[in-house]
Amino acid sequence: MMEKTSASPWMRYASPATFYPLAGKLQPWFAGLAALLTIAGLWIGFFVAPTDATQGEGYRIIFVHVPASWMSMVIYCAMAFWAGIGLAFNTRLSSMMASALAPTGAIFALLSLVTGSLWGKPMWGTWWVWDARLTSELILFFLYLGFLALQAAIEDPKRADRAGAVLALVGVVNVPIIYFSVKWWNTLHQGATISMTKSPSMAMTMLWGMLLMALAFWMYSIAVALARVRNIILERERHADWVRGAVENA
Amino acid sequence: MNTILVALRRDLLLAARRRSEVVTALFFFVVVVSLFPLGIGPEPAMLRRIGPGVLWVAALLATLLGLPRLFASDHADGTLEQMALSPRPFALLVAGKIAAHWLLCGLPLVLLAPLLGLQFNLNPGELQVLMLALLLGTPVLSLIGAIGAALTLGVRGGGTLLALLVLPLYVPTLIFGAGAVEAQSAGLGSSAQLSILGALLALAVFFAPWATTAALRIAIE
Amino acid sequence: MAQIVLSLMRGLARAPILPGWARTTLDSTYTDAQTTPIPASDRRRPHSPSFPAVPSFMLSAHHLRCSRGDRTLFADLSLSLAPGRWLQVGGINGAGKTTLLRTLVGLNPPDDGEVRWNDTPIRAAGEDFRRACLYLGHHAAVKDELSPVENLRQACAIDGVALDDAQAGDALRRIGLRGRGHLPTSVLSAGQKRRVLLARLLVRPATLWVLDEPFAALDTDAVALMGELIGAHLAQGGLAILTSHQPAPLPAGEFVGLAA
Repeated sequence: MMEKTSASPWMRYASPATFYPLAGKLQPWFAGLAALLTIAGLWIGFFVAPTDATQGEGYRIIFVHVPASWMSMVIYCAMAFWAGIGLAFNTRLSSMMASALAPTGAIFALLSLVTGSLWGKPMWGTWWVWDARLTSELILFFLYLGFLALQAAIEDPKRADRAGAVLALVGVVNVPIIYFSVKWWNTLHQGATISMTKSPSMAMTMLWGMLLMALAFWMYSIAVALARVRNIILERERHADWVRGAVENA
Repeated sequence: MNTILVALRRDLLLAARRRSEVVTALFFFVVVVSLFPLGIGPEPAMLRRIGPGVLWVAALLATLLGLPRLFASDHADGTLEQMALSPRPFALLVAGKIAAHWLLCGLPLVLLAPLLGLQFNLNPGELQVLMLALLLGTPVLSLIGAIGAALTLGVRGGGTLLALLVLPLYVPTLIFGAGAVEAQSAGLGSSAQLSILGALLALAVFFAPWATTAALRIAIE
Repeated sequence: MAQIVLSLMRGLARAPILPGWARTTLDSTYTDAQTTPIPASDRRRPHSPSFPAVPSFMLSAHHLRCSRGDRTLFADLSLSLAPGRWLQVGGINGAGKTTLLRTLVGLNPPDDGEVRWNDTPIRAAGEDFRRACLYLGHHAAVKDELSPVENLRQACAIDGVALDDAQAGDALRRIGLRGRGHLPTSVLSAGQKRRVLLARLLVRPATLWVLDEPFAALDTDAVALMGELIGAHLAQGGLAILTSHQPAPLPAGEFVGLAA
C-alpha cells in the first residue's frame, strides 16, 4: 500500500494504524446516538402512531421491517463502494470496511425477512408471501451470504478482499435488475391485491417513526462496523508493533 | 475477433478429446426434468403450467454443473497463466472460452429442450418461444456463471460456493425466460420478455468477460 | 539513455537505504556494464519468426515489496538488467524466488514499487511488454489431451505467433523429443513434458526470458542444450532471468539472493 504523505490531512486515516484509535473514539458516540434514536423511534412507533384502520395493531412491526429493508440496501451499496475503492486504489482499510459492513447488512436483511413474515401471518394467514419486496429482500440476503461465504472460503486475505470486491460490484449492478424483474414477476402472478409496500394513507407520524428507526439503524450499523473493523485491523495487522502495544494497553 | 476464435477453437478441440464431459451435463438435464413429474404428479394440466419453469431451472442447474471446469483444468496445468501473459487481450481469450462453454453446454440444452417440452404437453408455439428464450438466455447463464467460476477458482468447496454466488444473479434470466413461455401460453405476446432477455444478453456480453478477467487475475496472483 | 540508467544505478548503489545485497547487485551490474562489452559471438538464429532488432531494452524493478499471507518475502528490492545480461535469483525453498519472477512478469501485483520495461511501467507497456517477454514457470503448461506438436501450435496461436506442423516438429526434435511429437502428451514423462514447454523458447521470439527452474527434471545433455540456447539468446542481446538450484552452464551473470 502506498503510504502517501499527501496534501490532505484526512489521508492519514487511510492507514489502519491511525484509523484504529479514531474508530475507537467515534464508536461510543454512534452507539449512543443509535440507542437514543431507537428509543425515540420505537416510542413513536408503538405509542404515538395511530392504530391503522385496516390492519389493527399488528402493523406496527413495519417500524422495524421497513427501516431494516432500507438499511440492508444502503449497507450493500456502502459495502460495494468500499470494496470498489479497495480494489481500485489497493487500500487495505477500505476492503476491511467492506468486510466489516457485510455481516450487519446480512443481519438487517434477515431481520427484514423475519419481521415481514411476522407481519404477514396475522394478515394473510401464511408465514411467507411471495411479495415483490420480500422476494427481492430474500435474493439480497442470498447475495450477502454469497459475499460472506466467498470471503470465508478464501484463506489469503488479499485475495479474499479483491474477490469479494468483484462479487460486490457485480452484485450492486445486478440488484436493480433483480428488483425490477421480481417486481414484474410479482405483478404478473399475484395481481395488485397483496402488497406490503402500499399503505392506504401514511400518517405523518408513521413516516416520522420509520425515519427515526432508519436513522437509528444507520447509527447502529456505523457503530457496529467501527467495532468490527477494529477487530479486523487487529487481526490483519497483528504482526505490526503498534498492535502489540494496543493489545497490551487494552 | 480473431483472438476469440483462437480461444474458442482451442477449447472445442480440448472438449473433443475429452468427450465424456459434454454428454454428462445433457444427461443431467434430462434426468432432472424427469424428476419433477415424479415428485409432483403427472397430471397434464399441471405439467403444462410448471413445464417452462421446470425446464428453465433444470437448464440453470445443468449449466452450473459445467462451470467449475471452465477454468479449472487450465489453471491446474498453468496454461491460464500463459493466456494472461499473452500479447493478445486476456479478456478476449476469456470471451472465447466462455463462447466455447456455451456451444458445449448451452446450445445442446436449447436443442434438447423442445423434446423435453413435449413431455410437459407444451404446444408448438410454446416450444418455439421456449427455444428462442433459451437461445437468448443460456449465453447469459454462461457469461454470468463464468464470473462465479473465476471467483471460486481453486477455492475449497468451489462447486457449491459457485452455485450460491451465481444462482441469485440468474434470477432475472429465469423470470423472463420462463415468463416468455408463460406469456405465449396465455395468448399474450412474448416479445416483451424476449426483448428483455436480449437486453440482458447484450449487457452480459459487454460486462461479464471484463469482470471474469478481473476475477481471474485475482485468482492467478 | 542507457548511460542515464547506469548513472542512476551507480547512485543507488551508494544509497544506504538499500539492503547490502541489493547494493552489491547494482554495483556489480554497473561495473559489468562498463567493462564487459556484449560479445558478438556466432549468431545462431532460431527457426521460424525472426528475432526483432535489438534496441536497448532494459528491465528494471524499483523498490518492490511482496508478501505472502503475513510474511513479507522481500522489501525495497530494486534491480536492473541490461541487454545481453542474465540474472539468477537465489534463495532457499520458500524464500520468494517464484514470487519475484511472477512479479517481474506482471502476474503478481507487488504490494509496493513497480517494474519497468524500458522505463515504462509494465502495466502501461501492456501488450508490448507481454510480446517481448516469455515466462516459463513451474507448471509444464501443456494440455494432456493434445500432442506436443498441437500443444506448441496452440501456445503459439494464443501468443499470436504463426507456427505450422513442420516448424513445431523441428523445434521438438531440436529439444530432444524426436519421434514423440504426435503422441498424446499424457504418455510422456515429466522430463519430456518439461521439454515440450522449453521448446517454446525456440519458436516464440522474445527479448526477455523469465525461467523458473529451467534445468529441473532435465538430463545432462538437455541441461547443456539449455545452456547453449540461453547463451545464444544473450549473445543476440536478449535478457534472461532464472532460478536454479543447480549451477547454470552460462557465463557470469548477476545474482540476487533472497533471504528467507
